[in-house]
Amino acid sequence: MDAREFDVIIIGGGITGAGTQRDCAMRGLRTLLIERSDIATGATGRNHGMLHSGARYAVSDPESAAECIRENRILRQIAAHCIEETDGLFVTLPEDDPHYQATFVDACRRAGIRAEVIDPAQARRLEPSVNPALTGAVRVPDGAVDPFRLCAANMLDAKIRGGQVRLHVDVTGFIREGDALVGVHTRNRLTGEKVDYFAPVIVNAAGIWGHGIAALAGVDIKMYPAKGALLIFAHRVNQMVINRCRMPSNADILAPGDTVCIVGTTSTRIPYKNLFNVAVTPEEVDLLITEGAKLAPSLASTRILRAFAGVRPLVSADDDPTGRSISRGIVCLDHEERDGLKGFITITGGKLMTYRLMAERATDLVCRKLGVDKPCTTATTPLPGSEERSYEAVAQRIWEAPSTAQKAAASRLGTDAARLRDDRAGTALVCECEEVSVSEIDNAIERLDVSTLTDLRRRTRVGMGTCQGGFCACRAAGMLARAHGDTDKARKDLRNFMTERWKGNFPIGWGDTLREAEYTQWVYKHVLGL
Amino acid sequence: MKFQAYTVSKYNFDECMKCTVCSVYCPVLQVNPLYPGPKQAGPDGERLRLKDPYFFNYALKYCLNCKRCEVACPSGVDVAGLIQAARIKYGQDRPTLRDRLLASTDLMGTLARPVAHVVNGLTGLRVTRAAMEAALQIDHRRVFPKYSGRSFESWLRRQAHAQAAYKDQVAYFHGCYVNYNYPQLGKDLVKVLNALGVGVQLLDKEKCCGIAYITNGMSDIARKNARHNVSVLEEAVHGRGLKVLTTSSTCSLTLRDEYPALLGVDNTGVRASILIASRYIYERLEAGAQLRFKPGFRKRVAYHTPCHMEKLGWGVFSERLLRRIPGVEFTLLDSACCGIAGTYGFKSENYEASQAIGVPLFEQIRAVDPEVVACDCETCKWQIEMSTGYSVEHPISILAQAIED
Repeated sequence: MDAREFDVIIIGGGITGAGTQRDCAMRGLRTLLIERSDIATGATGRNHGMLHSGARYAVSDPESAAECIRENRILRQIAAHCIEETDGLFVTLPEDDPHYQATFVDACRRAGIRAEVIDPAQARRLEPSVNPALTGAVRVPDGAVDPFRLCAANMLDAKIRGGQVRLHVDVTGFIREGDALVGVHTRNRLTGEKVDYFAPVIVNAAGIWGHGIAALAGVDIKMYPAKGALLIFAHRVNQMVINRCRMPSNADILAPGDTVCIVGTTSTRIPYKNLFNVAVTPEEVDLLITEGAKLAPSLASTRILRAFAGVRPLVSADDDPTGRSISRGIVCLDHEERDGLKGFITITGGKLMTYRLMAERATDLVCRKLGVDKPCTTATTPLPGSEERSYEAVAQRIWEAPSTAQKAAASRLGTDAARLRDDRAGTALVCECEEVSVSEIDNAIERLDVSTLTDLRRRTRVGMGTCQGGFCACRAAGMLARAHGDTDKARKDLRNFMTERWKGNFPIGWGDTLREAEYTQWVYKHVLGL
Repeated sequence: MKFQAYTVSKYNFDECMKCTVCSVYCPVLQVNPLYPGPKQAGPDGERLRLKDPYFFNYALKYCLNCKRCEVACPSGVDVAGLIQAARIKYGQDRPTLRDRLLASTDLMGTLARPVAHVVNGLTGLRVTRAAMEAALQIDHRRVFPKYSGRSFESWLRRQAHAQAAYKDQVAYFHGCYVNYNYPQLGKDLVKVLNALGVGVQLLDKEKCCGIAYITNGMSDIARKNARHNVSVLEEAVHGRGLKVLTTSSTCSLTLRDEYPALLGVDNTGVRASILIASRYIYERLEAGAQLRFKPGFRKRVAYHTPCHMEKLGWGVFSERLLRRIPGVEFTLLDSACCGIAGTYGFKSENYEASQAIGVPLFEQIRAVDPEVVACDCETCKWQIEMSTGYSVEHPISILAQAIED
C-alpha cells in the first residue's frame, strides 16, 4: 500500500484510464491509477450506455465505424456481464430523406457492419414500441453496455494483477527532471492528505479534463467540450436500440439499459469553466421528449426518471460549432515527439466503444518507452465476471432456485456473483427497485473502492431505480457508516447523495417524478428527522 | 415548455411511489417469508421482467389475489393485476391434475350432481381426504363444499312462467356455487326479488366466470369462458334490456374487472349493468320499495366483508341492507382476509399460510360470538365455517328469512 514508485501512472478513472491500467498490468507493469472523483464520472458514465455497432458513424466517419464494429465483437467476448446483445434498428420516418438508407447500408457494409434491410412490418414485430409510421428499417448489431460495470471490471482486473487505484485524489502538479516528467504531486480530496508518486511514464487519460492536466504539464491540447443531454425513462419501453436513419443529429437514439431506457443526445459547445457544473435546460428536455417520441411514441407518456448531461472529450482543430462532424477517432499523443516532454502521453478522443483499442495504443506506447516487449492480450482475456456468456447460466449454476434479486445480481456481477453470501442477512434487500442485496453492497465496499454513496451507486445501481434513493440511500448510508466507522461522514454523504439525485430530477420535475420526490422529502425530513 | 400531460403504463405501474403500503396490507407477506410481497412482485418486479422475462419469480404463485394491495394503493396502481398478468405471461409451471380439478368448478359440478350424495359422503370421509392429500396435494384438513342433487338452473327454468309475470325483470348470473352446491341462495334471491315485484331470468347458458382458471394457470380456458359470458351478457343487457345481478363477490369482480384487465376481453358494453344483488336491492329500497318483515325476527349478525367486495367498493350495500332488517343486531367485523382465496387454501402447500392469515378474523368472530356470520363470498363461508364452527350465511339469505313468505 505504501509504494510510491511505479512503472506507469495513469491519470483518469474513466473507461480509458481503467482500460489502460488493465492493459499495462497485463503486460506486467506496476501501475497506479489516480482519479480526482470516482470511476466513470465523466463522459464514461454519461451517455446512452450503448454498444455501438458503428453504424451511426458509417457515413460520416468510416474509420471510427470500422473501429467500433471490431471492438463491438471483442466486447461481446470479453465483457459478457457488462453488455446485452439486443441488436438495433435504424428507422426511416416519413420526414426523413428516403434515399439516405441506401447510402447508409452501403457505408455500413464497407465498414464491415452487418446491416440488414427489413420490412417496416417486421421491424414493428421485432420492436413493438417503434414509431408505426416508419417507412424503412435496417437491423444492425447494436447493443447495450453498462459503462460503470465495464469500468469497475477493468479496474478490478488491474488490481487483481497488482495495480493500485487512488480515487478522490487530485493531481496538483507534476514532478520534473530536466525535460522529463517523473512523478505527480497529489492531494486526497476527502482527507486532504498530500502524497507524491513516481513513475517514468505518466498517461493522461482524463477525458475532457485532460486539457487541464496537459496544461499542468505545460503542454497545450485543443479540446472541444461538447455537451450532450439525455433523459432516462422509468422503465424499458424498447428491447432493441432504436436509431434514426439519417445523418447524426439531436435525440436520435433510444437505447435500453438495464431496467431503464435512455433517449439522447443533444450537442452544444460549452466553455471549459462550465465543465464541473453541466445542467440540462428546459429547451433540451423539450427537444428530447419531442424527438424521442418520434422514435417510440409511448415515450411521450412514459414517466421520466432523470435528465443528465455529459461532455464529450472531442479533440479538434477546426471550428465546427456543433462538434457533430468531428471525428470520434482515437488520439494518442506522445508529448516527447510533439512537445519535447519526455515521459508523458495523452490518450483521448475515441469513445466508450473503442476504449480497449485506445488502451492498447497507449499501452503500446508506454511499453515502447519502457523497453517492454509484450503483446496486448486484452482482446482475448475475459474481464472478471465475464467468464460465462449468460447470466441465466451463472445464476442457475450458483443457486438452485434463484430469487429475483439473485438473478439480478448474476446479471450485474456475472460469475463474480458466486462470491455473494446466501444467508438471511446477506440476501435482505437494500435497494428494492433494482433488487440489490446486502451482500452485493458488502461485495462492492470490500472490493471496489467505495468511499461515498455515489461511488456505491455506480457499482451496484443502488439509488438508480424509480425511488431515486428514497428507500435505499439511508440503508446503504448505514452500511457505509459501519464499514468506515464514521456516522457523521455518512450523514453528510447521505445529504450530498440525495441532493445529487434531486439535481437529475429537477429538470423533469413534474407528475409522478415530483410526487415521488415530495414523498422522499417527507420520509427523510419527517420520518427520519434528517 | 412542453411536458407530458399523463403517464400511461400498463396497470399504472409507473405511478408507484414505492410507499410500500400495499405490502403492509398484504395478508400473505405477514405469514409467508417466501412471498416477496405486492410491491416487489408487482411494480418493482415488472421493471425487471420488462428487461428480461427471466427475472420472473416463481414465488408469485403465493399471491392469493385478494386485491387488498390495490385497495390500499394511494397511487391507483393495479398491483394484483400486475402480479396475475405476470403469472399468466411468464409463469412456467404447468397446472397439475390437482389444479385442473380445483379450477374446473362447473365440470366438477356437472359430474357430481347426479351422484351428489355419494360424492358428499366420500369427501366427508377421512380416508378419502387422506387419499386426496397423497395423490393430489389437496389438504386433508380442508372441508369440501357439498354438492346439491338438483341444479339451480333446472329449478328456475321450471319457474320461468311465474317469474315472467312480474312487472320488472332482471337476469341472474348465479355462478357455479349456487348452481351445483347451494341452490338455496338462488332461491332466497328469487324470493326477495319477487317480494319487490321483480322477476328473475337466467342468462342464455352462463359458464363459470373463470377466476379459478385464471389463478390456476389456465387462462386460455378462462378467456374462452369470458368471451362466451360477455356474449350472453350482451344478449341479456342489450337484447332483453336487463340488469344482471350476482350474489358472488368474486364472480362480480371477475366479470367486471378481470375480463378486460387480465384476459383482454372487452366488456365495456355490459360492465355497468353487472351488479351485486345487495346493491340492486338496497337501491330499490332507497327509491321507496317496501319489504314486509316478519314481526318477531331476531338475529345477531356479524358481517365479514370479502376482500373482493372491498375491491368493488360494494361492502357497504350488504352492510346497509343487513342493518335495515328489523330485529338484526349488527356487528361489522374488522377488514381482514379470511385466507382461503378460492382454490388457494385447498392446496397442501398453502394450507398453513391460509389458516394463519385467517387468525385475526377467526378470533374476532369468537369474541363477538354472533348467531350467524354474514358474508357474500362462498369460499370465505367454507373457510369461516371450517375454522370457527360458526355458521355463515349470505346477506340475501338472511334477508329472505326476515321477510314474510
